Amino acid sequence: MSRASFYIPLAVFALIMGLGYIGFDLGARNQLPSALINKPFPEFNARLLDDAEQTFTRDNLLGKPAMVNVWATWCPTCLSEHGELMRIAAATDVVIVGVNYKDRPDAAKQWLAQYGNPYDWVLDDRDGLLGIEMGVYGAPETFLLNAQGEVVYKRVGDINPRIWRDELQPRFQQLGVSMSDDSADSTAR
Amino acid sequence: MNNLPGKTMRWLMLLTLMMPAASALAVSQIDTFEFADEIEQRRYRALIEEFRCPKCLNTNLAGSDAPIAQDLRKTVYRLVAREAMSDQQVRDYLQARYGDFVLYDPPFNARTWYIWLVPIALALLALLVLLRMQRAGQRAATALDAGQQAKLQDILAESARHPVQSSNR
Repeated sequence: MSRASFYIPLAVFALIMGLGYIGFDLGARNQLPSALINKPFPEFNARLLDDAEQTFTRDNLLGKPAMVNVWATWCPTCLSEHGELMRIAAATDVVIVGVNYKDRPDAAKQWLAQYGNPYDWVLDDRDGLLGIEMGVYGAPETFLLNAQGEVVYKRVGDINPRIWRDELQPRFQQLGVSMSDDSADSTAR
Repeated sequence: MNNLPGKTMRWLMLLTLMMPAASALAVSQIDTFEFADEIEQRRYRALIEEFRCPKCLNTNLAGSDAPIAQDLRKTVYRLVAREAMSDQQVRDYLQARYGDFVLYDPPFNARTWYIWLVPIALALLALLVLLRMQRAGQRAATALDAGQQAKLQDILAESARHPVQSSNR
């Protein structure tokens, strides 16, 4: 056995560890990539929560960058991110569209009355069909759309000050949304 | 295991044989869908067995109680029974929305190539190592030069003169 071949088992071991690291990292749950990234937001036709006569389609999302937030009253994390959504709505010009996912409309209305409404529109997706079009597998999920209606970012999990500062705010700024929110680096809540 | 009484052993074997059946029972979710014919129903069954539930780590649509799995079973039913999609169209539909994750069978692409190639590479490497070890072994077995041969003959002759006593009596 030559000296070099002495190291072969070690090299193979390192290779396997390396592959395992990459492989398990790809499988990280919070990094499950949306199939929609850099693709147009799907076509849909939804009713508004506060006015079932009115429909809202993909066209209504065009023209301005927007944040589409999937939420429900049965989702505890949605309540914990609600404060941050309220802050974003108050401090910036970001258009926020809520998708009330697999929920009871009366419960949703009461929830918004109680905790405040950060949304410019709330869509009624009580049967979860819009959710399936969007590839939603839980709530909360948040999609960031550019003015052309393409998905530029998706967050599975809550919106919090850190996610806003590190992920959302830089992207909105890049898309040219005006930020009266000068407390970008502050931890407002 | 060998000194377990035969009866216990037989029971253990029976239990082991029953385990797949038990897990098969555990994973069959009951939905009340109506199908036009048996082929359609069989296709639906095969498809929900095939897809992975997006919410769960390692369960298929058929085996999951998660609300999203119920919804996706409903969706698969709608696509198969109402919209008359082919199996491949259903796969494309779900992949377009939920990504490669829902397909247990990952595609071969820039992100996944190594999953497919590394086992083949490792198998080839193992074969190579095996061949080299075998050849090295053969070389060792045949490599006695003249001097060594003579020495071997001496040893054999010596041991023939003084046979090793196999017993002390």
